Amino acid sequence: MTQPKIGVLALQGAFREHKQTLERLNIEVTEVRLPRDLAGLSGLIIPGGESTTMGKLMVDYDLLEPIREFSSSGGAIWGTCAGAILLAKQIEGVPPQFGTQPSLELMDMRVRRNAFGRQVDSFEAPLEVKGLETPFNAVFIRAPIIEWVGEDVDVLSKAEGEIVLARAGRLLTSSFHPELTGDSRLHELFLSMI
Amino acid sequence: MEAQQGTLRIKTGFAEMFKGGVIMDVVTPEQARIAEAAGATAVMALERVPADIRKDGGVARMSDPTMIKGILAAVSIPVMAKVRIGHFVEAQILQALGVDFIDESEVLTPADEAYHVEKHAFKVPFVNGAKDLGEALRRIGEGAAMIRTKGEAGTGNVVEAVRHARSILGSIRSIQSRPLEELMAVARDLQAPYELVLYIHEHGKLPVVNMAAGGIATPADAALMMQLRMDGVFVGSGVFKSGDPEKRGKAIVRAVTHFNNPDILAEVSTDLGEPMVGINLDTLEIEQRMALRGW
Repeated sequence: MTQPKIGVLALQGAFREHKQTLERLNIEVTEVRLPRDLAGLSGLIIPGGESTTMGKLMVDYDLLEPIREFSSSGGAIWGTCAGAILLAKQIEGVPPQFGTQPSLELMDMRVRRNAFGRQVDSFEAPLEVKGLETPFNAVFIRAPIIEWVGEDVDVLSKAEGEIVLARAGRLLTSSFHPELTGDSRLHELFLSMI
Repeated sequence: MEAQQGTLRIKTGFAEMFKGGVIMDVVTPEQARIAEAAGATAVMALERVPADIRKDGGVARMSDPTMIKGILAAVSIPVMAKVRIGHFVEAQILQALGVDFIDESEVLTPADEAYHVEKHAFKVPFVNGAKDLGEALRRIGEGAAMIRTKGEAGTGNVVEAVRHARSILGSIRSIQSRPLEELMAVARDLQAPYELVLYIHEHGKLPVVNMAAGGIATPADAALMMQLRMDGVFVGSGVFKSGDPEKRGKAIVRAVTHFNNPDILAEVSTDLGEPMVGINLDTLEIEQRMALRGW
């Protein structure tokens, strides 16, 4: 079997950390900035960063439809923090002047931006995760929460009573940053979804 | 579950989220909204952009909380604000206001001629300017979670940012090639903490995000700094002192993402209207050089 190739959306944000984590697992990784970069990928990670910036650049460079097609043709996608916002069908906490915020609208869930507050409210905490034997140290940075999920979405973890990790088929979403901790167990979970 | 706040990982991790992005100086909520709509990853709230601080003279201080609160309320992206070098009480005030990042900045008039703020004491992360590696490592030693080049703010002239970026990155490359037994002397010469020199030797990079700032005025300037291997860009006077801020802001955002794609750079550089008027560095007196503030 040939090794899967994973793309990391590199418009803005912490794409380098995801790339390094995957490379430590001996996975071939490519940076995605334009639709043509999706060719030959079996998975795509949408990293943390600023979701409004990434959303705009996805619109400007016509990435929304190609990524939706990538998903419908069996490609796995994982969104972390800003990436989780960009996967959601509904987004709360969008500035009124925006009207709506661009999103891939792939995952049946409602996400609230900056749900824990500003940067001074950011925190890290050990998290019980379904399927992992020991807690995962999760870093929440101006993090969103998943307020509501559809019935096909499997909730994998909660923090302070809020959903922060969930999976639906080949879609994975986390409101924290596994790429910042050096713990690759969730990257391995994502690779198992391919 | 024991949650922890204000840890080094949360501060430096937050800084990582600004990579490949543009942080824009704004002086009103209206400008903040334009910056957010243009795709800025954060705004820097201040009363006067550096070009006006230069023009007006006088003592430049932390902004009035009213204007900072106005900008905090206007946008959903992170808000940064500046304190004078060494003015830890201004920093306490900004933290109390809920600002997301503090810039201990040479653009304001320094409050202390010998010491910077002890930044570990704060929950909110700090960014500091640096001209060379020694200065960058001293600031990181004090707890800075992000470093930016000083450049020469308010000039629209990228030459000093390039000089500082080349100096920092050149020193990093040189430390990587030095044998272990020479590193203590390197730390002495740089006036930098030994542990951080060891980190540079091992990893070939700063332990925090390394941004470009000071004089960036065009998409090409921004892409130049990215190709020199900086992590992202601050634009001060360059956006809102130009003829068409929205268009120029958007163009710089695109240029930072596609910094290695000359076709896209050509397209976004086209037809941007008047850039800010620049200042040649040799017309500035020594005391007008902001980059020389900080120790």
